[in-house]
Order: sequence, then structure tokens, then C-alpha cells
Amino acid sequence: MRHFLEISQLIKTFPTPKGPLTVVRDFDLGVKKGEFITLIGHSGCGKSTVLSMIAGLSEVTSGVIVLAGKEVVGAGPDRGVVFQAPCLLPWFTAFENVMLGIDQVYYTASKLERTQIAEYYLSLVGLADSMHKRPAELSQGMRQRCGIARAFALSPKMLLLDEPFGMLDSLTKYELQDVLLNLWQRDQKTALMVTHDVDEALYLSDRVVMMTDGPEATVGAILEVNFPRPRTRKQLLEEPEYYRLREYLLTFLHERSHLRPGQAGQPALATHH
Amino acid sequence: MAFLELNNVSKSFDGHSVLANVNLSITEGEFVAIVGYSGQGKTTLISMIAGLLMPDSGSVTLEGKPVSGPGPDRGLVFQNYSLLPWLTVYENIALAVDQVFTAWDAAKRQAHVEKYIAMVKLSHAKDRLPKQLSGGMRQRVSVARTLAIQPRILLLDEPLGALDALTRATLQDEIGGICQSEGKTVILITNSVDEALLLADRIIPLTIGPGATLGESVPVNLARPRDRTGLNHDPEFKRLRALVTNQLLGFNAARQTSVTRKLTLPDILPEDLEAPRVNRPPRRLHEEKSETVPVS
Repeated sequence: MRHFLEISQLIKTFPTPKGPLTVVRDFDLGVKKGEFITLIGHSGCGKSTVLSMIAGLSEVTSGVIVLAGKEVVGAGPDRGVVFQAPCLLPWFTAFENVMLGIDQVYYTASKLERTQIAEYYLSLVGLADSMHKRPAELSQGMRQRCGIARAFALSPKMLLLDEPFGMLDSLTKYELQDVLLNLWQRDQKTALMVTHDVDEALYLSDRVVMMTDGPEATVGAILEVNFPRPRTRKQLLEEPEYYRLREYLLTFLHERSHLRPGQAGQPALATHH
Repeated sequence: MAFLELNNVSKSFDGHSVLANVNLSITEGEFVAIVGYSGQGKTTLISMIAGLLMPDSGSVTLEGKPVSGPGPDRGLVFQNYSLLPWLTVYENIALAVDQVFTAWDAAKRQAHVEKYIAMVKLSHAKDRLPKQLSGGMRQRVSVARTLAIQPRILLLDEPLGALDALTRATLQDEIGGICQSEGKTVILITNSVDEALLLADRIIPLTIGPGATLGESVPVNLARPRDRTGLNHDPEFKRLRALVTNQLLGFNAARQTSVTRKLTLPDILPEDLEAPRVNRPPRRLHEEKSETVPVS
């Protein structure tokens, strides 16, 4: 095994009335343990399809996904997913929503220990005083905080985040990015996040994987982001390199995302030191 | 004398101070963006300028006259479009135009409505109902309706907040273009620093409540027309972006409480749910660890 998460020759085909449509083709990626990877690309390019296949929520047409030496088949609590909509059960409080999964995967633990886990993560995401409220009583940002706590509480091997902050206003988004980074660093998780926000990708990740436009989307280029951690937004905004990388990503999205790797003008790998 | 002036405006709801001592002075033709966090009173502020809410103390004056209620001299664009669902694009706009320009004959009013529909590029969809339009198109109708009554000042309350990034960028360019060519005085309420930098002559951050107020103005001296990609190279853009963002982050840092709570995270491992259920205590990696962490 070379990587913690190894995706090779991944292909996804959907049946359509006009015949099969290949959404993702020849997608290869290796993720190291503890790495934070973001996947960026245009809407509809197949980013979320790749993520759902890793989550086991969508079947692989061909190719293999191996996580920690084990092939991924179906969904499981070893992969924590944070969706764009928080997907909380409306008749449960934030605490009960988090407890639902905890009661499953920590069934050998005592009630006290299970409660402690839920309280720990809900407090760290900033819901210490609101954990006994129902989703309807929480703001959009607070609901998403609960979604993050729920994912971390199960101590998954890997976190999968599907545009988790896409619905939030830009300042609330900043706060939640910090909440996520803080937990990620504390628990030393491996994370893969889908986004189309270039600033978000640069702030959070170790590597940004740029996907070409679909159909037959694949990895167009990979950008290494070597800013020291822990990062602060202030420090990044003053970093000249930040704007160079930002421009590189924007140019990819605007001008080169339709090119397949190996085509003229498309560097296979972009690195930065 | 300032075109629009807010003098020591304060507003509370149920004893909770939302805005306190807000002072604002805008000259004619200026495009001002007010940037702030959700729930800090941005909408309350613009509602008082629109005359939909009255301040508890202080005054709002437009061209020297105190604002005492809503009126067609102030055009408001809401985040949720607020179109009448049973009226077509044309009828929604005509409703406003017929109310305001009563002295005009029918043909003139019709031509006026058509002109503004064309301005927001919806001539092909003028007979559609709101439910047959995308979010971006609905917001265009709302913008056209507001511009068509030819207000003295345009109030935009997070007009693009509900739209996806791509549609938002297109509409930012369109609104920017229209406001430039019409020479309107505009107040834009937004939570996006980039949007403010793209459109405004001046950015004013809103501090965090209770008792939020306006911070120090930041003039935006970037050449127009502004181009999103070009700005990325502009050192002044980078400077302003960092300045405003840091200011807003600073407000928020001040809000963080220093209360700590003792939390315990049991160091137990999750069970494999695919394996048969076991009847033993949970596995542990280390001793239980306990730490004190700040909670907000």
C-alpha cells in the first residue's frame, strides 16, 4: 500500500436515454495520512461524484478505491461525511443528532462516555450553549457546526466534505473554516473536501486537486500549498505567494479546465516551494 | 450638505440594542458598501433608511428632508426578490411604474417598463411568471422594478446573497455597469468583501452587536470598470482586501468569550460495525485525556 487513500483508474458512468454518459474517467489520486486535500472544479464537473464514491454512497463503475488498506464497498462510519445541507433530523436536538451515530459505533462504551464524546465535539464547534436546541432553532451556520461535530465524533479514518460551506455567507464561512481546521489539526484527520471557492482551498489544504470539466472529468493538475501551519487568514492575506497561487487556480478554472492532462498548455503537475 | 445623512441613529428591539449611534453621510452619486456579519443589524439599518422602520433616537435625512416613511425616492432591492407570484415580469414592473408615474400616458409608461426589462436583459422572458424564472432572473426583475421608479437613492439589501457564485458574478457586473451608467447613489449591504471591492467607491464595516455601529470608512480608489481577474494583480486591491477582511475578523475576535469549560474526551476507539457485536469494554489507546478548552 502506497497511500492512506488510493484511488486508481476510477470511472463512473451514468445511464441516460441517449446511452451511457461517462462523468468521471481515469481519475487517479493518492492521499497521505493526515493530509488535507481540496478538489476544485466547475459546477457539475463530477467533483461530488468522486466524493460520493469514496463515501460509498455511489457505486464505482470501474477502478478501485482503497482506504487504509481496505477496498471501499458501501458506506460506513470509518468515513465521516459533511454535506452541503447539514442533513440533521429535525425532531432531534443537536446533541441527539450527534448521539445517534455515537450510540452505534461506541456501543461498548458507557452512557457517560458516549455523552462526553458528544459534548466534547459540540463544545469545540461552538455549540456548548446550544446543543439542546433543535435544528429549527439554530442558524444555518450553527447547523453546519453540528454537522461537523457529528462527523468528527465518530472518529472516522477519513473526513469527506462536500461543499460544506457553500450555502453560508462569506463571513460565517470564515468562522467555520477555522472551526474545521482547528478540529482537523487536533484530531490529525485525513480530509478531502470538494469546493469551488479558491480562497477556501488555499486556506485549508496541503494540496489542491483541480478537476477538468466533465463529461469524462479527471485530474487536470495538482497544486501544492506549502504555507506553514497553523495558518491564519491575516498572515495569508499578506503573503505575496498567496496571490500567485490564487491566480494560478483562477486561471485554471477560467482558461484551462476544459483541457485534458497532457494536452498543450496543461502542465501535468504544478508544484510550489 | 450631504445627500443622505444619518445622525446618531439607534434602534433596539425588546430592550436589546441592535444599532447604536450610527452616523453616515453620503454624497450624491456615491456607491457605498456596508459590510458586516449576519445578524448584526445590516437589514435594520437599511430598513430605517427606506423608512420601513423608525429609529428610536437620531435622525435620517434625505436631501435635507427627514425620512418619515417609505417612498419612491428610495428604491429597495430585497434579498428574497419579493415579486408578486401571480404577475408576469412585465406586470410586476408595471405595477410599480403605474403607481409612481401617474401623470404619464399608458404608452409612455409601457415604453418605460420595456426599457428597464431590456436593461436587465429579460425582454425574451417578460411574459413569464416568477416561478418560471431562475433565482438570478428573479433578482434581475427586482432590480429592474426598483430602477424603473427612478429613485433618488438605490438601497440593495444583500441582493445577491441567495445566488450561486457564477450567477452572482454575472449580476455583480451587470449591477455595477447599470449603476455606473445611471450615475445612481447606492447603498449596498453585503457580507462579501470581494463584492464590496468590486462595486463600491467606499466600504464601511459594521461592527458587532449588541449596539453595532459603523466603523471607519475605507475609500476604494480602484479604476473602473473593474475586472475580477485584473484586480487579482492589483496591489491596491490586495491591500484593501486584507485591510477590510482583517478589520472584520478583528471585530469577531473581540466577540470571542474567554469562558472555559472542562471537557473530557474518553479515549476509546469506535467498534467495527461489520464485525459481529462484541460484549466487552471499549478498546482504549491511552489513558483518558482531559483538557480545558475555550468555548464560545
